[in-house]
Amino acid sequence: MEPQEIAEKIKERFPDEVIDITSFRDQVSVIAKKERIVDICRYLHDDPHLHFDFLVDLCGVDYLDKKVPRFEVVYNLYSIKYRHRIRLKAQVPEDNPRIDTVTSMWAGANWHERECFDMYGIVFRGHPDLRRILMPEDWEGYPLRKDYPVKGPEKEWPGFQEVLDKAKAFREFEWKK
Amino acid sequence: MGLIEISVPGLIEVEKGTKVLPPNVILTSFNKVVNWSRFSSLWPMTFGLACCAIEMMTTGSSHYDLDRMGIIFRASPRQSDCLIVAGTVTKKIASVVRRVYDQMPEPRYVIAMGSCACTGNIYNVYSVVQGVDTFLPVDVYIPGCPPRPEAFIDGIIRLQEKMRREQFRWSHWR
Repeated sequence: MEPQEIAEKIKERFPDEVIDITSFRDQVSVIAKKERIVDICRYLHDDPHLHFDFLVDLCGVDYLDKKVPRFEVVYNLYSIKYRHRIRLKAQVPEDNPRIDTVTSMWAGANWHERECFDMYGIVFRGHPDLRRILMPEDWEGYPLRKDYPVKGPEKEWPGFQEVLDKAKAFREFEWKK
Repeated sequence: MGLIEISVPGLIEVEKGTKVLPPNVILTSFNKVVNWSRFSSLWPMTFGLACCAIEMMTTGSSHYDLDRMGIIFRASPRQSDCLIVAGTVTKKIASVVRRVYDQMPEPRYVIAMGSCACTGNIYNVYSVVQGVDTFLPVDVYIPGCPPRPEAFIDGIIRLQEKMRREQFRWSHWR
């Protein structure tokens, strides 16, 4: 099925949820509201003519000062059976960065959602194990947000400060000459 | 004759009044023997962090052949003499690198391989350590992204030269 057709089909089924359909170089994106994202994904996954059985990627985007609402969660879907793709974007506001998890459809979304939470601070409701995946567990802040300082916060992460202190304490035992 | 007579039981008298050492005996200073034995069997720790580790493995394989220099990668820090920090050191892995170094017995050496380990390279960001010398005493820096095996071997030879010049390192009990 052509991607434009799929997008029209989603819009037909969820007329109140779909905000916009955009197309760039034959890649069609469906921008949707976050409230019924699980229903949309369930539909895409279960419909016999769509059959999106493979979640290629799930990621977050931060549109600071460019768009309102600020965040988007992007689902890149692929059907191994029919070999067609669609991109689904769900808008997430800054003041309440919460969205429902899609791990019930695609178990692989587990780690992708953890990464999205780690980097953007978007909370996935109903996620089985929502912890940081890349950064240390006691890290403060969400590094891929656009207002996060590139060189990190002023205060050093305690885990690394510990290593520096240890190195300083052991310096007297080093071989000199 | 005025010379000091040494009575060593192993000496062989080749003619009257002239005694020589038996074959296969060399007199040298203890420093040289210790340093020679150390730099001739430099056993590095198998510890790769990023793409530099690929280059390190290439150098260890048959084409460049580190074994001819007596360099055999060991799988345990307790059997290693040298830690090659090959790759980007993030703040999360820094404690592990330091622990591996702390587990190595003296004498121990550190090679910072690649620009990331030397200075942090382009990753001047929140998660990357800006040079491994912030928490380790580095002996040799090898720049490059990643360094070619020739550069890596050159760095190892520099370290061996450094080890050759050491004085009385054996005299310390640790």
